Amino acid sequence: MVTGGLTKFAKAHPAMDFRLMVKRAYDYALKGVPGLTADRIDGTRISYFSDHFARQLKAASMVQDYLGMNPKGSVRIEWGGATGGECFQAAYEAVASGRMDVCLAAGFETMSRVATWKGNEFIALASDTNFDFPLGGFYTGYYALMVVRHIYEYLRQGKYADVKDEREAQRLAIAEGSRIMSKVSVKNHRNALHNPYAQYPKRLTVEDVLNSEMISYPLTREQICTMSDGAAVAVLCTEERAKEFTDRPVRITGVGCGTDTMRLADRPFGRVPLLPHERARDYEDLEYPGVHSFRAGRTAGIEAYRMAGISRPTAELDFIELHDAYASSEIQTYEDLGLCRYGEGYDFVEQGDPFLKGIDYGFSTPRAGTMPVNPSGGLIACGHPVGATGLMQGVFAFWQLQGTIGKHFGDPTLQLNNPRRGAIHSHAGTGSSVTVSILERGFR
Amino acid sequence: MSARPPTLTKFRDVQTELEKSGAAIFRDSDGVESLIIRYPYAISYIHSYAEDTPFFLGLAEGRLRGSKCRRPKCKFVFATPRSHCMVCGAPTEWIDLPTHGRVHSWTTCHFGGEAFLKETPYNLALVEFEGAGSLLLVRLKDCGESDLFIGMRVEARFEPNPKYSVTDVWFVPSA
Repeated sequence: MVTGGLTKFAKAHPAMDFRLMVKRAYDYALKGVPGLTADRIDGTRISYFSDHFARQLKAASMVQDYLGMNPKGSVRIEWGGATGGECFQAAYEAVASGRMDVCLAAGFETMSRVATWKGNEFIALASDTNFDFPLGGFYTGYYALMVVRHIYEYLRQGKYADVKDEREAQRLAIAEGSRIMSKVSVKNHRNALHNPYAQYPKRLTVEDVLNSEMISYPLTREQICTMSDGAAVAVLCTEERAKEFTDRPVRITGVGCGTDTMRLADRPFGRVPLLPHERARDYEDLEYPGVHSFRAGRTAGIEAYRMAGISRPTAELDFIELHDAYASSEIQTYEDLGLCRYGEGYDFVEQGDPFLKGIDYGFSTPRAGTMPVNPSGGLIACGHPVGATGLMQGVFAFWQLQGTIGKHFGDPTLQLNNPRRGAIHSHAGTGSSVTVSILERGFR
Repeated sequence: MSARPPTLTKFRDVQTELEKSGAAIFRDSDGVESLIIRYPYAISYIHSYAEDTPFFLGLAEGRLRGSKCRRPKCKFVFATPRSHCMVCGAPTEWIDLPTHGRVHSWTTCHFGGEAFLKETPYNLALVEFEGAGSLLLVRLKDCGESDLFIGMRVEARFEPNPKYSVTDVWFVPSA
């Protein structure tokens, strides 16, 4: 990867349609690399999630057109919430296969064109329309079902195992889980205060998050990402070309993708696919994945780590930009990606591992900086213009590894100290498809 | 009538104006003006339940049907039916599920897709059945947030005037 760019993510960009948003992100990306001109780009991969939101079929062709990329090759990429992550990998594959030397990955979404609850209905059409959608058409409801079970598996049967009254034990566990989830939301909103691209930077307390409007029990408004307008682009090329364009390239050393059933109800109860640092005896009694964990995320992690030669993710990754559509799914994903064992996600937050060092979150984070997750603010604070989101993560990770966060954000606070390797994680549906890509500093 | 629709600086006001007159000009903080119109979009789909048909006709008769893999070495039972086995690919046969089950997980939705907002709050539950290897997503009625818990015994109720939708079945706490 040699450059990237993005628009600010916003609730609405009424003065820009998707073509202009992508153009702005593209111009920003090319401005940073004088040798990289449009004629050096061999083709494109363009992503957006929903034709319903765009109300324009073949919108990717209009982007291709507006950027002046015709008659070069192009393909539209769509894979639910992981659309941006898939686009990043599609561009990687175009280069790795030898088909292109230089590939532009561009993504966008304009979600402001319908009212919020109509938008929720559109998103829920990405659930089974025979069995799931007619019950409420609501993704937050699906994620609430998953986290209630996650809390049951790991807090009710963990910290609250000794409470005799079943209802009382489950209430206590949900209250505790909600409190800890809220810390994730505080973290991501707080980090975003230093990210000018973010939609909802703010300083919150755990109480603010808990007391915000209940959307689907136990998930509150501040624990959920919002709909956004935005665009992001990344330019990927061969190592040879990269040397021509920049002395600070970033290498993509691992790509992984996993899938699971469309319907939550169909998730089987089997064994955990293990990461190199795990043992079967760690999970002897765990029925997996059920609805508490994301087998697609675990599968994507295994593939990407293997390709990049990572055997201990927390020791060998300096940060992760993680698809936190919900504060709950960020915690579930820590476990899927092996940042901690299954069941340890809540404690991982309590210990402070995913927090940044040197930022005051309003509570104690003893191990802050050990494994920074979403230093940018993630989806919860940056927004989630679906087709752009995974590429946004790629751009933030690229700037982290280049050491140029300060330059691009106009604020160096979120720049990690000399990061060498990071991961980006893009997640769709109720976990029906997930990508993980590993990025490494490609210069001394 | 003016040739220009009203110019507004708040996006929310634009949305209100569109509902009222169908057109507005949005002026952003940089002074850039965008003409915005209301564009209605509605369609009736011809939605076939196809191979899932027996499940929905079953609901209309007050029967809850799952499916079971026909391969003797597999025999996986699906609480949400499918006509081919997810595990081994063999065809399945229709079976009657128990009308009693237990809550595997649950939530109370205070919002929903636009079409469902008028029904809020409503409960969703994944139900597990004795002998089945997968779950069924349903609405859970006659109970509230404070009554619900994982493991709760629940039983099916059927819509006497079927709408031929998965909402023709719902569950209630067992007596």
